[in-house]
Amino acid sequence: MSILPLEVTNLCFEARGKRLVKEATFRIEAGSRTMILGANGAGKSLLLRLCHGLLDASEGQVSWNGDVDFTDVSRKQQAMVFQRPVMLRRTALANIEYALKLHHVDQTERRERAFAVLKKVGLARLADQPARVLSYGEQQRLAMARAWVIKPKVLFLDEPSASLDPSATHSIEETIEAIASEGTTIIMTTHDLGQAKRLGTDVMFIHRGRILEQARAADFFSGPENDLAQAFLRGDLLWWKRKKPYPGGGIDHQVSRG
Amino acid sequence: MGEFSSAFAAAFQLITTLDANLVEIVCLSLQVSLSAVLIAAVIGLPLGAALVLLPIPGKRAVVVFLNALMGLPPVVVGLILYLILSRSGPLGVMGLLFTPAAMIIAQVVLITPIIAALTRQVVQELWAEYREQLLSLGCSRKSAIFTLLWDGRFSLITTVLAGFGRASAEVGAVMIVGGNIDHVTRVMTTAIALEVSKGDLALALGLGIILLSLSLGINATAFLLGEFAKKRIGA
Repeated sequence: MSILPLEVTNLCFEARGKRLVKEATFRIEAGSRTMILGANGAGKSLLLRLCHGLLDASEGQVSWNGDVDFTDVSRKQQAMVFQRPVMLRRTALANIEYALKLHHVDQTERRERAFAVLKKVGLARLADQPARVLSYGEQQRLAMARAWVIKPKVLFLDEPSASLDPSATHSIEETIEAIASEGTTIIMTTHDLGQAKRLGTDVMFIHRGRILEQARAADFFSGPENDLAQAFLRGDLLWWKRKKPYPGGGIDHQVSRG
Repeated sequence: MGEFSSAFAAAFQLITTLDANLVEIVCLSLQVSLSAVLIAAVIGLPLGAALVLLPIPGKRAVVVFLNALMGLPPVVVGLILYLILSRSGPLGVMGLLFTPAAMIIAQVVLITPIIAALTRQVVQELWAEYREQLLSLGCSRKSAIFTLLWDGRFSLITTVLAGFGRASAEVGAVMIVGGNIDHVTRVMTTAIALEVSKGDLALALGLGIILLSLSLGINATAFLLGEFAKKRIGA
């Protein structure tokens, strides 16, 4: 049974008395590739972690195909790749096998599937290398492989190509395309507009913890309705203080032409 | 000065000729300390990890207590165990007093808190790094205990070696519960104390040299393991 659609209703997250995610409400359908756009500190990563169940919401709810309880079943159908890859102190192959072990895959099948996925991401020759001595780009590809091998229904990606050079970014994007082509729903944060255009079917624009616009990617990039989203697309600098009120939602902001 | 050099010469002769008495004492010492370390590791490693990962009630108080136990005075441990294991004590019927088993128990009591507390520190650092990734992969906190103990294996071997160092150098508690009985419970540390008081410096020095070599060996092993881990797994 599919865990999708993902429905998020009035989701809020507070830390140290500060509301960092504000009343997020959206729905993500199976097979979509949703790009969450926004400046640094906008709340993109927090939103991913809340949806993935790594953080508990202060208010609101996340439901997977109508199920609001974050069960082991829904957890095992999701995977997440973080901005900074976290590698276990084992070989590249053992890192992949570990993920399969947690999904109760038997040992012979584990080895076969681990090798197969390493081949797909171009790391088969490094299978026996300790994962933590690989380059940053290789580690991120390994993290993608580790997520891919469990065949998730939903894959969360938190700026997976931040700090990577164009060649490594290209490898990551190819891998994302390949994973998505197998029917995995992608939910990804980025502030790279080009990447969002290349990969996304849908876009969510978030600013100061509030989702200001959700649209099909083609509509969003051809002309967003929200003035901050327009400014973001223009490449203007967005920051927190604003003298005059925001016309759409009353959020303080300032748009500065760069 | 001549007396010292002749004592050293005699000590080296005891070592090089593998004097039966010296070998017997060294073997018993290793048997007692290695058994104690094994038992303490079996208890201390999962305990230290569980203190980080499992929702134990009063966890902070347990951690403070455990840290305090790291500085347990050996003679006090020896005295308490003496009272428990003596004929009129609650475990007197077991007849363990003045046996190597009693010495192992004493060393286990002394080094388990050390291994558990140091394990907790190692696992806490690893958990801070791994937490989100492991939870994302669907790993339960209980399963994470084994994952983190395995991934922290090189640091944890150093921890266990520290426990062995403490156990093999211990004298107060094993003297009280073991009684330093010749051919039964005489270990390196208690033998050194006795031989010095008798004025037999040769055997005391011979044992001292072996004990010192053991300590150096442990430290060298811990250092080399750390270097190996850095190169091999990027730890």
